[in-house]
Amino acid sequence: MRGKFAVKQISVFLENRRGRLADVARALSEAEVNIRALFLADSSEFGILRLVVNNPEKARAVLSAEGFAASETDVFAVEVEDRPGGFYKVVKTLSENGIDVEYTYAFAGASNRAILFFKVPDSEFDRALELLSNEGHKLVEAAEFYT
Amino acid sequence: MSLKEKDYMPREELQSLQLKRLKETVERAYHLVPFYRKKFDEAGIKPSDVKSLEDLKRLPFTTKQDLRDNYPFGLFAVPLEQVVRIHSSSGTTGKPTVVGYTRHDLSVWTEVMVRTYLMADVNEKDIVHNAYGYGLFTGGLGFHYGAEAIGASVVPASGGFTKRQLMLMKDFGATVLCCTPSFALHLAEVAKEEGYNLKEDFRLRAGFFGAEPASKALKETVAEEWGIQYVEAYGLSEIIGPGVAASCKHGNLHVFEDHFIPEVIDPETGEVLPDGEEGELVLTTLTKQALPMIRYRTKDITVIHREPCPCGRTILYIESIKGRADDMLIVNGVNVFPSQVEHVIAKVEGVTPNYVIVVDKKGVLDKLEVWVEVDESILKDGVGTLERLQRKLEEELLNNLYINAKVKLVEPKTLERSMGKAKRIVDRRQLEGGR
Repeated sequence: MRGKFAVKQISVFLENRRGRLADVARALSEAEVNIRALFLADSSEFGILRLVVNNPEKARAVLSAEGFAASETDVFAVEVEDRPGGFYKVVKTLSENGIDVEYTYAFAGASNRAILFFKVPDSEFDRALELLSNEGHKLVEAAEFYT
Repeated sequence: MSLKEKDYMPREELQSLQLKRLKETVERAYHLVPFYRKKFDEAGIKPSDVKSLEDLKRLPFTTKQDLRDNYPFGLFAVPLEQVVRIHSSSGTTGKPTVVGYTRHDLSVWTEVMVRTYLMADVNEKDIVHNAYGYGLFTGGLGFHYGAEAIGASVVPASGGFTKRQLMLMKDFGATVLCCTPSFALHLAEVAKEEGYNLKEDFRLRAGFFGAEPASKALKETVAEEWGIQYVEAYGLSEIIGPGVAASCKHGNLHVFEDHFIPEVIDPETGEVLPDGEEGELVLTTLTKQALPMIRYRTKDITVIHREPCPCGRTILYIESIKGRADDMLIVNGVNVFPSQVEHVIAKVEGVTPNYVIVVDKKGVLDKLEVWVEVDESILKDGVGTLERLQRKLEEELLNNLYINAKVKLVEPKTLERSMGKAKRIVDRRQLEGGR
């Protein structure tokens, strides 16, 4: 299952300096890479920008060439209904089965559905996919984010 | 006697050779260089007072400032007609220091460089890629002529053009690399970025690294990354250039004692310290004609060892240079060498070996920051992991160096990449007239 559902997320290290976020955005824009979802975790001195894009290889190559520390991480995506309780159902399954969520983010798309991204420990990745699938959650194929 | 046998001379024979040469050097310096005559006269010492090697410690020191004060040729003991080569320091901190060589001096230099190369049994089949800078700096030509004398094929690559150097190293099948340790690391990093496999695409078996202090961890990283024997090459242009000392397969940095006598002194009092104690290295040349150096204060911090080395060499060895007395930082009263910081960083996963130490004043106290580049491998986890990494580095610095440093994680390649000697310290205290 992993091959089909592992979404290649790009993580970029950013110092808290004016203009660094814009530099990332410009680099991706010039390379015509489309950002599908993003999430910025920050401390007082630096941040890590997480990106799901339509072309992860290209995004990573472009960012590395610009001198950013960028790496690829597997996350998975679950589609839920865009209404109260949608997020809870998924997190409940993971929690009840003892799978830790390292971080998560989401976007609400069109037509009443939302996409949730999850990063779990690598050793639990396959089990998480199996569990969610068996309990009737709708996993989103990685290919849907790429073009 | 073959060149290699000189490293294995019986001690008594070596010491009587040293004494004979020391007397000659002192005589020549006294009679041919007004500077030395004046210094000796002031100290009330005559060349004939030197009767044993023990008497060396009665002679006055020579410093870099003496070379500057006598710029450019004032300390030469021969007329310029006999000088066939002149090298010079970059002079970034004042007048450059100028050194000269007679034809005999160049042959001494070549000899000690050959003996350096023999630490890894370099021979005529080797292809020596020499990435030390060619020019006024002694590194390039020193390593060049030594390798040529052995009959190896020398590639005079000089500095810079990293990617082209890698291409030549691979295509020519270089077996020996000569450069600064930080450039060796830089070459490895760029090679990996370019998609090379360091051990399969290259045929390197040994490297001769010097011109800057390197921590044990940096040496191990360079040796492991390239899969090579790491030979430390120590020297300084005032004495001869590279070729003063080189490390054997056991990692002991042997001084070519038949040409240079090492002493270790207390940098404050000038007293000679017993073997095994750490202090400033002082060197006296025994065979140099153009620029004899008597008790030259190197400012390099090390320890002398006279116990036998498993390699069988009878010449003594010193410990890897811990730092230049010049590079030593005093932070709130604690001595800090950049190589110690480097050693701590190299042991911690998640950061690259590139760092800069920034010292500033905060009120009356010194404030120390260590900037380290993050490694891409650590971005998979959350911000918490990076914060823990920061704290871990801070703890390690406190536990190992007894300093309170603030660690700052920075983006890769933001720190000035070293193409030659690495710049590791930014001291902002002087700028504000703090001291």
